[in-house]
Amino acid sequence: MITITHYLVLAALLFGISAMGIFMNRKNVLVLLMSIELMLLAVNFNFIAFSQYLGDTAGQIFVFFVLTVAAAESAIGLAIMVLVFRNRNTINVADLNKLKG
Amino acid sequence: MTFSLILFYILAALILFGAVKTVTSKNPVHAALYLVLTFCMSAMMWMLMQAEFLGITLVVVYVGAVMVLFLFVVMMLNIDIEEMRAGFWRNAPVAFTVGVLMAVALILILVAPDTNLAAFGAMKDIPADYSNVRDLGGQLYTTYLLPFELAGVLLVLGMVAAIALVHRKTLNPKFINPGDQVKVDAKQGRMRMVKMEAVVQQPSETAEAADAAEAEKGEGKA
Repeated sequence: MITITHYLVLAALLFGISAMGIFMNRKNVLVLLMSIELMLLAVNFNFIAFSQYLGDTAGQIFVFFVLTVAAAESAIGLAIMVLVFRNRNTINVADLNKLKG
Repeated sequence: MTFSLILFYILAALILFGAVKTVTSKNPVHAALYLVLTFCMSAMMWMLMQAEFLGITLVVVYVGAVMVLFLFVVMMLNIDIEEMRAGFWRNAPVAFTVGVLMAVALILILVAPDTNLAAFGAMKDIPADYSNVRDLGGQLYTTYLLPFELAGVLLVLGMVAAIALVHRKTLNPKFINPGDQVKVDAKQGRMRMVKMEAVVQQPSETAEAADAAEAEKGEGKA
């Protein structure tokens, strides 16, 4: 029998791996965006697991909206990447120092 | 050990393998493809959780649209992979510590007796004539109608923003400023008279015949 703990532990492991990815790929913005997508996937796992084990569809509706927001976010993020690459000829995070932040 | 439990472990192993390869692979294209693997396996896992609509949505929206967008961008940009990888393993100890700590902390909370997740028991039994799509659709178009439409607005906003950001002006547009057209003075240099020989068209036979007919008519009238 698959219990809710199975799904939640899987989501926790996925979240840990993607957090690891964010630390390891600090220079590569593309893989950073991919890690964020993985984090959202882990969160969606929790939503669906609770939705199914509580017998309430609200959780699945929420996953629907999370997917929408993630799609819009990655589209704009990639557009910004293309723009940065056009202007600076690199997307290395260390070289993005024009704002002197 | 039931069939669904075996399936769960296989899918979980594939999901975690894909995630690890995504964050550690050298080439961004490989990372994107491993992410596609992770998303496909997650869709199957969601099917196992009886959330069929979301499983299909994950494949259509993520694998079909977002990951293709990622691949496009990765292949369009000329990225120096070696430069990107500099300091990759230097960050690894910190990354490993953070990731493991986070996962271990979450799992400790989940399996602690106080959390009492066992009280959830098995998944709720679903009647044979239950339709996940019908249920979600009904909810979306009644209870969650306003958020649903706002999600549509958000998608339009994302599309407009992405196009506005990367759109470039055309290099030689076929465009004339209407103000310049109105301001032109017709008498100064607008029109130029050219003297040239008058070109006389040689009358052809048919033209001659027509002339003859005309002449006859004229005589008849006279």
